[in-house]
Amino acid sequence: MGGSGSRLSKELLAEYQDLTFLTKQEIVQAHRRFSELLPRDKQNVEDSLRERVSFEDILSIPELKANPFKERICKVFSTAPSRDSLSFEDFLDLLSVFSDTATPDIKSHYAFRIFDFDDDGTLDREDLCRLVNCLTGEGEDTQLSASEMKQLIDNILEESDIDRDGTINLSEFQHVISRSPDFVSSFKIVL
Amino acid sequence: MAQPLSLVLDVSEISGDQDSPELSPYEESEVHDSFHQLIQEQSLWMAEEGLELQQVAGNLGASASGHQILPGAEGGLVYSTATLNILASMPSRTIGRSRGAIISQYYNRTVRMRRRNSRPPLGPVVCSARPSLRLYDLELDSAALQEDEKRRLLVKELQGLPAAQRDHMLRGMPLSLQEKRFLREKSRIPRGKQRSRQGCGGVFCCSQLRYTCALALHSLGLALLTCLHALKPWRYTLKQIGGQFGSSVLSYFLFLKTLLAFNALLLLPLVAFLVAVQAAFPPEARPVPTCTGLELLTGGGCFTHTVMYYGYYSNAMLNVPCGSPQCSPRAGSLPYDMPVAYLFTVGAAFFITCLTLVYSMSHSFGESYRVGSTKGAHAITVFCSWDYKVTQKWASRLQRDNIRTQLKELLAEWRMRRASQSTCGRLRRVATLVLVWLLCLGAALGCAVAVLTFSEVTIQSPVAAGQEAGLLVLPVVVCLLNLVAPYLFRCLAILEQHDSPVLEVYVAICRNLVLKMAILGVLCYHWLGRRVATLQGQCWEDCVGQELYRFLVMDFVFALLDSLFGELVWR
Repeated sequence: MGGSGSRLSKELLAEYQDLTFLTKQEIVQAHRRFSELLPRDKQNVEDSLRERVSFEDILSIPELKANPFKERICKVFSTAPSRDSLSFEDFLDLLSVFSDTATPDIKSHYAFRIFDFDDDGTLDREDLCRLVNCLTGEGEDTQLSASEMKQLIDNILEESDIDRDGTINLSEFQHVISRSPDFVSSFKIVL
Repeated sequence: MAQPLSLVLDVSEISGDQDSPELSPYEESEVHDSFHQLIQEQSLWMAEEGLELQQVAGNLGASASGHQILPGAEGGLVYSTATLNILASMPSRTIGRSRGAIISQYYNRTVRMRRRNSRPPLGPVVCSARPSLRLYDLELDSAALQEDEKRRLLVKELQGLPAAQRDHMLRGMPLSLQEKRFLREKSRIPRGKQRSRQGCGGVFCCSQLRYTCALALHSLGLALLTCLHALKPWRYTLKQIGGQFGSSVLSYFLFLKTLLAFNALLLLPLVAFLVAVQAAFPPEARPVPTCTGLELLTGGGCFTHTVMYYGYYSNAMLNVPCGSPQCSPRAGSLPYDMPVAYLFTVGAAFFITCLTLVYSMSHSFGESYRVGSTKGAHAITVFCSWDYKVTQKWASRLQRDNIRTQLKELLAEWRMRRASQSTCGRLRRVATLVLVWLLCLGAALGCAVAVLTFSEVTIQSPVAAGQEAGLLVLPVVVCLLNLVAPYLFRCLAILEQHDSPVLEVYVAICRNLVLKMAILGVLCYHWLGRRVATLQGQCWEDCVGQELYRFLVMDFVFALLDSLFGELVWR
């Protein structure tokens, strides 16, 4: 673990434990993994809480490497003005939402933000199209044909768009999610 | 008296940057044009109502000069961008993306929670036409207040909550950690104010005590959780399994871990009360047969003289002080009634297991079954089917292939079903469903009758002492039936079309359960009804235990062969 220079203070740990869904061990481990991504001269406690890690480094961790939504996840949790890097608190936010004890409410809220590719607050046809392409694969032969895609998106909107405005907003999304028992157990990332 | 209805929408102009070039989720001025049609329809309807009211007012003789209909109701509607702005900042649109809307929503929730806890404060109430909206409900007014103002109000409400509830509220908010720390810092009541609150009466002392208790319990709970987390065995291994194979395979290993925990828990009282005592006072020596290799399969032979065998325990009192002068009585010896000990220990163990199982099953059923989970398969597959635990590239590729196949199958089935929506098609579907169910139940019944007949045959012709391999025939037959019947059910299920894959899985599980229950029922009757009757005074536990052992071993062998040849080689 290293000397006392790489450990978080007790008050800070308690505060993080109160405000996120993570346990003390998970926070300490997250801090260790985050420090490993920083350059060698910035791996002490004060710098690690201030510094930001660029997307390329965050996306290289094995837990996110094989995820088709990794760029969206990083973008949603980033609080930088240019939204291209994550601080340690953003990283904790990420792990907290994806942890075992997070409420389904907060998980579905962030899932909605992740799937909203153009960040306009609703899932329209373009968002759904990109979502399905992420799920099925990027290659030409793995994607659905144009007619299948249109049919699928029509069916999705038919099933979940309650106010018939052509887009899915957060409440409709949460309503669909609440019908599936698998969502909470599959929306998890463990360090 | 009939007041004329004024339908003019009085909109205050909102100053703000309407054409911001870059849209980030924290921008509140977003114009949606999909509301246009809705607005048109609504205003046409309102205009019609206005016309009707005009007629009614004319009939009643009241003056009809005060009202105005919306301009341009017959033709196209022109609304200012300010109106569209207000409509676009409705909660349904903004809650998904803007921080201000999230703060408003949680302000409302906090207010409701605080009001539930205590009476509302009798502070200065703003004299306006609709005080409830103006003062307490920020969501509809979200365009009117700035974000800082909303944050200030939220902080004020959070200060009114007890500390544990405040932390709970903050934890559940979908804001960034930075924002939450800021809110927490601001809503912390300084020490001086806290003490002055305490002097306000006995009620506050009581509630303060309650809050301290809640805080102490909360920190104790956190400490316990940390301990439990540290004690979890195989945590890293399970994570690797989940990462490589996904959540479904992981759930099987979690089930195995639970079974192991159960068995370890059951082992303790059994060893303490039965096995240890029996090992300390062994029964008198009997001639032990030599060990051949067949005991591993039949469960008999030289196994019957081992200390943990079913019928090994003595059916009498142990450690009885003897009266005759030959044996030397030990000082302070207590008689131990073995049958009673056996009954109570096993009974208590089963009772505890039953309670734990019922509790955990009801708990997980509440989590795993959702009403309406069989409808809307397309949306659920697209939104919920990606497993975020996989960490390997090849597992991720496999998952993508699976999802793609699933989506294509859903679309194909939907197209086929849409083609046969007529009454004739529906009747045909119902008839097929009934037929398939009858066939499956008939197959289960047939299997049960076959097992019954075969078991009668084995009773009629008892196995000779040297040919103990003949004891394995009934287990082999039962295992073969258990293997073949589910494949038959799967073939029959191809004929019927269901709405969703989830429903198909539930139906298949039901049918297999019926089959297993029927065969198990027949076997129980065979063991406890018929076989025990032919024992002539021998220990029934040995007999039934050996049969169970043989069945378990055969089932294991068949499952191995099925996985090897059925799944791996065939695929």
